[in-house]
Amino acid sequence: MDLVVAVLFQLVYGIANLALISLGLAIIFGMMRVINLAHGEFLMLGGYTVVVATNAGVNIWIAMLILAPLVVGLIGVIVERLLIRWLYGRMVDTLLATWGLSLLLIGLVTSIFGASTGTTISPPLGIIRIGDYSASGYELFLIGVTVVLFIAVWATLKLTKLGLVARGTMQNPEMSAALGVSNTRIYMITFGLGAAVTGLAGGLLAPVTGVLPTIGATYIAKAFITVISGGASILAGTAAGSILLGGVNGIFAFITGPTIGEVALLVSAIILLRLLPRGITGRFFRKSL
Amino acid sequence: MKLSRRHFVMGTSALALAAPATIARAQSDNIKFASILDLSGGLDIYGAPMAETTKLAIEDINAAGGLLGREVELKMYDAQSTIQFYTQFATQAAAGDKAATVHAGITSASREAIRPTLARFKTLYFYNTQYEGGVCDYNNFCTGSTPAQTVAKVVPYAMNKWGKKVYIVAADYNYGQITAQWMQKFVAENGGETLDVEFFPLDVTNFGPTINKIQTAKPDMVISALVGGAHVSFYRQYAAAGMLKEIPIASTTFGVGNEQKLISAEEGNGIIASYGYFEGIDSGANKDFLTRLEAKLGAGRPVMNELAIRSYEGAMLWAEAVKAAGTIDREPVIEALRSGLSYDGPSGKVTIDSQTNHCSMNVYIGELANQEWNIVESFENQPPADTQLVCDLNENPNQSTFLFENGLEAAGIK
Repeated sequence: MDLVVAVLFQLVYGIANLALISLGLAIIFGMMRVINLAHGEFLMLGGYTVVVATNAGVNIWIAMLILAPLVVGLIGVIVERLLIRWLYGRMVDTLLATWGLSLLLIGLVTSIFGASTGTTISPPLGIIRIGDYSASGYELFLIGVTVVLFIAVWATLKLTKLGLVARGTMQNPEMSAALGVSNTRIYMITFGLGAAVTGLAGGLLAPVTGVLPTIGATYIAKAFITVISGGASILAGTAAGSILLGGVNGIFAFITGPTIGEVALLVSAIILLRLLPRGITGRFFRKSL
Repeated sequence: MKLSRRHFVMGTSALALAAPATIARAQSDNIKFASILDLSGGLDIYGAPMAETTKLAIEDINAAGGLLGREVELKMYDAQSTIQFYTQFATQAAAGDKAATVHAGITSASREAIRPTLARFKTLYFYNTQYEGGVCDYNNFCTGSTPAQTVAKVVPYAMNKWGKKVYIVAADYNYGQITAQWMQKFVAENGGETLDVEFFPLDVTNFGPTINKIQTAKPDMVISALVGGAHVSFYRQYAAAGMLKEIPIASTTFGVGNEQKLISAEEGNGIIASYGYFEGIDSGANKDFLTRLEAKLGAGRPVMNELAIRSYEGAMLWAEAVKAAGTIDREPVIEALRSGLSYDGPSGKVTIDSQTNHCSMNVYIGELANQEWNIVESFENQPPADTQLVCDLNENPNQSTFLFENGLEAAGIK
């Protein structure tokens, strides 16, 4: 019984983890149709913000929850102004440009901080006991944060004026411009918010993962597969993609081992995209956000 | 003399043609020492410190008057964590630079990519990384430690301390697979039991399911051969689940990328590892080396580990051999190396073993406390007994193979 609970907990954490690393990408891709290949590096920058800030004596909670999204959000705005805004509607060009950006960011961080940066932070919460088993309290916290983050993004898009205007701009830019909305500003804010969510995710993962300039590469593929499998809806798609792929990965990793777990994740994504080329939300929950 | 335009042009162009020739002659007088390492990309955590110590070695050689009255010139290539660059740069170093020696490679995959190239060009090759053993190559000197030197020491030490039931986690490529076989062999030889072996692709960052399985199996300890930045997550998540205090970890890889600095003190305290070098070695040569390194690179210098130190000592072994041979020609230098040449470096005395072209070296067991290694036991002059089981270059020097390519059983070891 304890084992079942412990395994279920890890399964939920695996799903939340996938959702957390994918959400920022889903916002930028789902809203703006821009494929951000520097997404992994945005996660890395979030992690680096936390490591550098805590090394300078900043409280870890402030570094993770405030500084990481702020810094990466600002970087996102700068990137949008300098790079992305020239490339709207040219998906292949944005792919190439953001790939170049990812190489630039890795190079910049390596030349500023070196190949690796020491850290002293560890997960700030204690241990949860599940009978004979134990799990990290911080992982429970991450599951909670992921849920809150999804609700916050939903509320922003659905309940605020900014969300309404943003959704309108994405659906019909000419019409919203005719109604007096500054499209360029909306694009900038949306990209910045997507980057900030990514930065927050990277910051939150800093205490439980290795933080290195090249670490983005390990996240980018999984985030992409999740978002593409999920389909066009930002929240429902990311959630559905994470539950399916995270679930498959977790179950197979526990039964057979991590190698088969990774293989199972990729195979299920391939089968899914063969059957539903537009992702899960291309067929189901089409009206959802 | 009246200087016509034609004369002027002729004269200056002759000068211009002559000038590069003199410069070229001055350069070609230098002895070329090529280094190919990953200085960017995912493997730079290993490569960057190795490059620093290689530079220091060449500076030291030149400060002592160079070799055979000539200056040694370092040609450094960055393979960018990409195998194809290794082959490309190895060809460049051997055929283009005509390097006297090439010191190159971090992963076993990179070594296997360039070993045939350098053998074909008859260019002396040094591989200065700890690895899984089994290279049997007349042209290739492997100066790093191998499992019989490190794993064979750390397994009984940890089993005496913690118990007999072992759970193995390892990286899913040739190093991890072969090292896991050595671990199982040494666990069995010491009367222990391996409960399970798990392999992880290099980009796995979520170790939750494995931690559950370890909790279910209830081993006395975990032995890890995990590799790279993503796998650092294992140690963090393991500690976060409160496991490190219950089931301790020994490792054959933790520390060579200075991983102890990438996790906090409480996440690493008590981890045990075994290498041919730790910074805490109490010898004049080591202290002197660290002082000079700090003078050169400042207080922010990288922490020294076996890979970095052996890169320095590998260069020095080659320099000693050139001095002994009185030439940089490959054959006499190889003969000098194989005559039982040794070098007293920061790690202690390193001696070339002519049977395998590997090294006999001092081996240390370290325990992590507050992000630093404390040496808890040391072993002098340990031979590369694993490779000695299968390789004899004294009997047949005409070999150039990697005998453990298909695992230990295929090599006749069980």
